[in-house]
Order: sequence, then structure tokens, then C-alpha cells
Amino acid sequence: MEKEDNKSSRRNFLKLGALGSVALAGTAVVSTISCDDKEKTGKKVKVLTADGKLIEVDSSHVDHHASNDNFSKEEIRQGVEGKKFIRVIDLAKCANERKCIEGCQKAHNILAPIEYIKVKKMQDSELTSPYWFPTMCYHCDNPPCTKVCPVDATYKRSDGIVAMDYDRCIGCKFCMAACPYSARTFNFGRPEQLKFTEEHKNDTSDPNHCTTPFAQEGTVAKCDFCTDRSSKGLLPACVVECPNGAILHGDELEDVVTNGEDTFRLKKLLQDRGAYREFEELGTKPRVYYLPPVARNFPFEDATEAHNTKE
Amino acid sequence: MSEEKNIPESTKYETFTQEEYMIMKDDLLRPIEKIGKAGKIWIAFLTAVFLAGVVAYYLQESRGKYVTTGLRDYTMWGIYISNFLFLVALSLSSVFMSAILKLTNFEWYRPLSRIADVISLSSITMAGICIMISMGRPDRLHHLFIYGRIQSPIVWDIIVVATYFVTCVLVLFIALIPSLSTCKNHLKNLPKWQLKMYDILSFGWHGTAEQWKILKKTVLILTVLLIPLGIALRTVSAWLFSTTLRPEWDSTNFGAYFVSGSALLTVAVMIIAISSFRKLYHLEKYLTEMHFDKLGQAMVLMGLIYAYFNINEYLVPAYKMSGLHANHLLDLFVGNNAFFYWSVVFFGILVPSVLPMFKKMRKPLPLTIIALAVLIAGWFKFYLIVIPGLSHPLLPIQDVPASWKHYTPSLIEMTIVAATIAGTMLITTLFSRFFPIISVWEVAEGKLEGKEEIINYK
Ligand code: SF4
Ligand code: SF4
Repeated sequence: MEKEDNKSSRRNFLKLGALGSVALAGTAVVSTISCDDKEKTGKKVKVLTADGKLIEVDSSHVDHHASNDNFSKEEIRQGVEGKKFIRVIDLAKCANERKCIEGCQKAHNILAPIEYIKVKKMQDSELTSPYWFPTMCYHCDNPPCTKVCPVDATYKRSDGIVAMDYDRCIGCKFCMAACPYSARTFNFGRPEQLKFTEEHKNDTSDPNHCTTPFAQEGTVAKCDFCTDRSSKGLLPACVVECPNGAILHGDELEDVVTNGEDTFRLKKLLQDRGAYREFEELGTKPRVYYLPPVARNFPFEDATEAHNTKE
Repeated sequence: MSEEKNIPESTKYETFTQEEYMIMKDDLLRPIEKIGKAGKIWIAFLTAVFLAGVVAYYLQESRGKYVTTGLRDYTMWGIYISNFLFLVALSLSSVFMSAILKLTNFEWYRPLSRIADVISLSSITMAGICIMISMGRPDRLHHLFIYGRIQSPIVWDIIVVATYFVTCVLVLFIALIPSLSTCKNHLKNLPKWQLKMYDILSFGWHGTAEQWKILKKTVLILTVLLIPLGIALRTVSAWLFSTTLRPEWDSTNFGAYFVSGSALLTVAVMIIAISSFRKLYHLEKYLTEMHFDKLGQAMVLMGLIYAYFNINEYLVPAYKMSGLHANHLLDLFVGNNAFFYWSVVFFGILVPSVLPMFKKMRKPLPLTIIALAVLIAGWFKFYLIVIPGLSHPLLPIQDVPASWKHYTPSLIEMTIVAATIAGTMLITTLFSRFFPIISVWEVAEGKLEGKEEIINYK
């Protein structure tokens, strides 16, 4: 039954995923294409005209949007228009392969032992079987972390993402105390980390959504739902890397989530599979839903070693 | 003061003579004129500790906090914040002791009020510094003014700390003006600049009836203001914690619990301060056994109130042992921190609320020892509020390096904390070297009770 609406919704998602490069830029260009008074940047971007043609124009003609790398601070704080990013994690599929963690660390230029996404061993009672439980920032709809931030360095965007402004954060770490999910990490200036940042400071290949490509020393960082990737029509790194398809990412408004292979109607999936959110009683309203670990794909295997113990 | 009229005749002291006043004044000004060897060594020691803290802070900022501190993603606040809470607690001294006692006409408090004011001021100053030290990006302090948002408890805290600081400075300084004039007129063998400083700071004080009226009114208003402000200060720093969703802090009792704990610490710190000043500056005539007796009684009262709030804070959730609290409470009661927790309960609550009930224990020496125990237990209490609170998050800590799971403060952190405490004592000591630590006029006025003669003494 999940398969039957697969095709159409997947197309939908891909279209929504492409919001940056083609679709949105297209709407922006229509009005500006004719007036030539702007200075040319020399950088070409592909846009879709109103009559469906794909053309290449100078980037100066296009209003700033996800495809252009130079968003203004204000635009970053706004979020992607018409989107509500959401995530569903199928606990029956997680085997703690840690590929999501590695993919995330690569995408965000972070080094172990810092992990934006963690996989924990959970057991609800002694009588039940343990299961693997990936946690990350849940981009709560009632986020305690943004309430306590004294300078609005952590804020809620219109697309549901709770984002970080590394340039603004004063490092009071109050948001870390406030987050009940321990989703936040702090850049304490580990020597390797500083060295890595120094070496890669000019990389622009895969920047974060924030204006600085690296979490800065003395500031807080966390999972950002890979906004830079979704704005380019790509799925978040952890979703792509998971070999078991345990993480589904999508858009609440379009009612669709996908792990890159299978696509589901969000509401139906949540309803059919008895989805829940972590610590619902705290009222944080997380944007990440869990599907209980029933009818597992594989038996639970305890990790023979702890993975992330290097200082 | 208007309330002077209500004082029954029996509590009034005899009018004393000009000579008596001069003796008193000499006693109280003496510490300013000569600094003994011990005094110099003490100041040098405190300065050294303070400078060590400055160096440690420089190292912390230049080498990176991962190598210099024990702070990690879970215990990211550490002893800096415990120490902040402790210093804020001490800074309540002025409010609780001097203001309430002043307003309620506890005349015995007159010689103590300035000591209390100085401790308040020095500890609130150091508390402010503590917040900055624990910040990841102190270079961005100005962001608080550019982007500050009033819904953040941190911003409330900063506003209250700043207001409180200013009020403390005012209340201390204004009450100091007549003493400054006394210093100017009676201290001779001092460097020129110091005399000049008295002259400038005394703002042309002549002690006219009009000036006295204004002075007393201002001090009274500020004193009245200090009470709600001090309670707000303490409550807001409790709210910093209790507004979060962490089970160990998520308590409606927290504000009252902190206020009552601070009141107890305040009594303890006053006992230690007056016992030191009394010994070092030979002020036995002014800081008498009666003061220890009264403070000992206050300690029992505050101890019992604090015990009551502690029961609310721990026993009630312990009875329910709901899932979220269980981790934390079991750790405190029978787990890793149990020994620590119970010693803090013993020295920080049981000892102060029981021992000073006996008259023998309210003598200077035993009471000072009790107060010292209470103060140390008080510091560790804040350690127990912050650190185990952070190391038991709702989701288990797994798959992280060992140093992330157990917080041990590094040498650098401990040096910095020691430096802030030394800084508090240094400010207090230096103050007492330049200004009379016991307010001459307040004591004299206390003795005269309502007689206007005080204005004629210069
Ligand atoms: S999971 Fe934590 S960091 Fe993420 S939005 Fe919620 S409270 Fe904030
Ligand atoms: S650490 Fe940074 S993001 Fe977190 S509350 Fe403080 S200023 Fe805001």
C-alpha cells in the first residue's frame, strides 16, 4: 500500500527539492529579466521561464535565493518559503551502522567525537527488547532553546528549522542547558578542530546554511537538517547515507517523506505505524517522529565496542 | 529617621561626651593609618591568587577550552556557574541583613551594616565577572546590547545584576560620605593623594542639618529598594535554572529555596567577616559578643527555613520517584554523589540549624567555625545543583569519550574560581584599608538615639 502512491509523491518531493535552483529562481527572474541596469556578476544561473523554457542568465538578474550562495543574513533567518521540513525515523530499520553520523560529520566539517546525530541504545523496560535510537536536533515547534537565547542566535525559521547564527552566538551555552534532548554541541576549540577549520576555511564546496561554513570556536552548533542541501534539492546527508533507509525526510505541507528510495504519504505513515515523538509531555513539539521498533528488519545486536571514545 | 520617635525610652543609650566620640572615632579610623605586617602579607597573598586567576583566564582563552577546562558538551557550565550562584548568594548580605535589620530598628546592627554592604558589592562584582568567564565568546559581549531579547532569563539576570550593582554602590557610597569627611578632618599621616581623595569624595559635606536629612532619606529609600531587588536577583538566578525542562531544576520551589539558602550563607559570611575584622583591627568594643549571639540566633532561624525548603525540594520528588527525577535523586541519595550530598546536608543545614541553639556555640570562636563549615558546604551545594543536574540529561549519555561523562574541574578552572573568591576578599580588605569599615556616624548615632548632637561632631 505504501508502494502505490510512491511514484507520484516522489515526483512531488523532487519538485519540492528543486525549489532552489530552478523553480523559485524562475519566478524571481520573470520581472527582472528585461531590465538590464544591474551590474553583471559574470556568474550564470539556469532559470525556468514562465512558458517552461530553461534559459541561462547572469546571476545579477535573479533575486537572491537558495541557488545563489550569497544569501543575506535576513534571508537565511527567514527560511525557505512554502516549506515545513519534517522527519520520520523508522526504529525498526536502524541497526546502528553509524553511516548517518559519518555522513553528517563530513557534510558539516565536523570531527569526532562531536556528533550532531547520535545513535543511542534504548530499552523501555526490562521486559522489552532494546533498540537503536537515532537522536538529533528535533527542530521543535515550541523550542526551549530559542526561548532562552539572549541574543536570538538560535531561532525558528518559517520552514520549521531551528537554525544557528554562529556569528551572533555569545557562547553562554544556556540553550544547551535548555534543550531536553542534549542535541546541542559546543565548539570548545579542540586543537584538531581548530586545525581542520584553519585548513578548510576557504572551502566553499559544501557550506552550511549559515554564512560561515564552520561552527566557530566558542559557539554552539547542532543538526541543521542540512538546509544547504535541501535548498539545492538534495536530501540531508544522514538520510542519503543510511544504508537501511531508516531516516525519512520531507515536507509537512506537501504531506510527503522519503528516504531517497521509498516515498510515503506522511500522515498515513504516521497514523498507520503508531508514530510518536520523544518526551511529548515536555511540550516541545518536536518535528521528528519515531515509528516504534516493531517487526524489525534484523534482530538487535549489541555493539561489541563503543565507537566514539577517542578524546 | 522617622522611626526614631517610636523607640521606647528604655532602649536609648546615654548621651556620650565629645571625648568618647573622639576615642570611638580613633578606634574606627586606626586601621586606615597603619597597616601591620600581617595585613600586608594578607593583601599580597590575595593579590597573588587573583593574578594567578588572570593568568589562568588568559591561558583558557588562548589555548582553547577543550584543553584547559574540564567542560564538555554535557557538563558545559561547570564550576564557573556554581561559583556565580555562590557569589550572588553572598551579595545578598546587604539586603537581608542590613536592610531588613535597619528598617526594623535592630540597633545592634549599626556597626555591621557597612561590612555587609562591602561584601555585597565585592561579591556581585565578582559574580558578574564569573558570567563573562564562562562565556564562549566574551568578545561578543556587546551583542547583548545589540540583539538582547527580554524573553531570555539571561537578559533578566544581567539587568538585575547591573541594577543591583549600581544600587549597592550608591547605598555604600552615600552612607560613606560623613565618614569620608571624618577621615579628611582627622587622618593626618597619610599620602597626599589619599587625603585629596577623601576631600573630593566627601562632596563638600559639612554635616548641616539639611544635609543629614537628605542623606538619611536617600539611604532609607535605597535600603527599601534593595530588599525587593535582592530577592529579585536571587530569584532570577534560580529561574535561570527552573525555567528549563531539566527534571532536576524544573521546580517551582527553586526561587524560594535559593533565597532561603542565600539568607543562611549571608549570616555565615557576616559571622566570618566580623570575627576577622574584630580580631585584626581590634574592634572588640564595637563588634561584641552580643553580635555573635544575635547572628547565631539568626543562623538557627535561617537554617530552619532553609531546611524546610530543602525538604520541599528533595523529599517531595523523592517520594514520587517519577521516572525523570529518579536518575538524579538516586545519584544524590545513594549513588556516586551520595557522600558528598549528605555531608553538604549535614554541614550546610543540620549544623547551622541545631548547634547555635546552644548559647555556648554562639561565642565568637565556635560560631566562626560553624559559619566556615556552612559557607564551604554552601559552595558545594551549588556544585551539587549545577553539576549532577547537567550530567543526568533526559536521554542517556552514550558513546562519548570518558571525559564527557564525568566532569572534573581542571586546575585552570579551580584557579579562576579561587581568584574570584580572593577577589571578593581583596576588594573587602582594600576597602577596609582606605575607609572605616565600621560606620562611625551610624554607631555614634546609635548611641545617641535620636539626639541631634551627632551633626556637631566632626
Ligand atoms: S531538539 Fe533541542 S536544540 Fe533542537 S529545537 Fe528542540 S530544544 Fe532546540
Ligand atoms: S550559546 Fe549561543 S545560541 Fe545558545 S543561547 Fe547562548 S547565545 Fe544563544
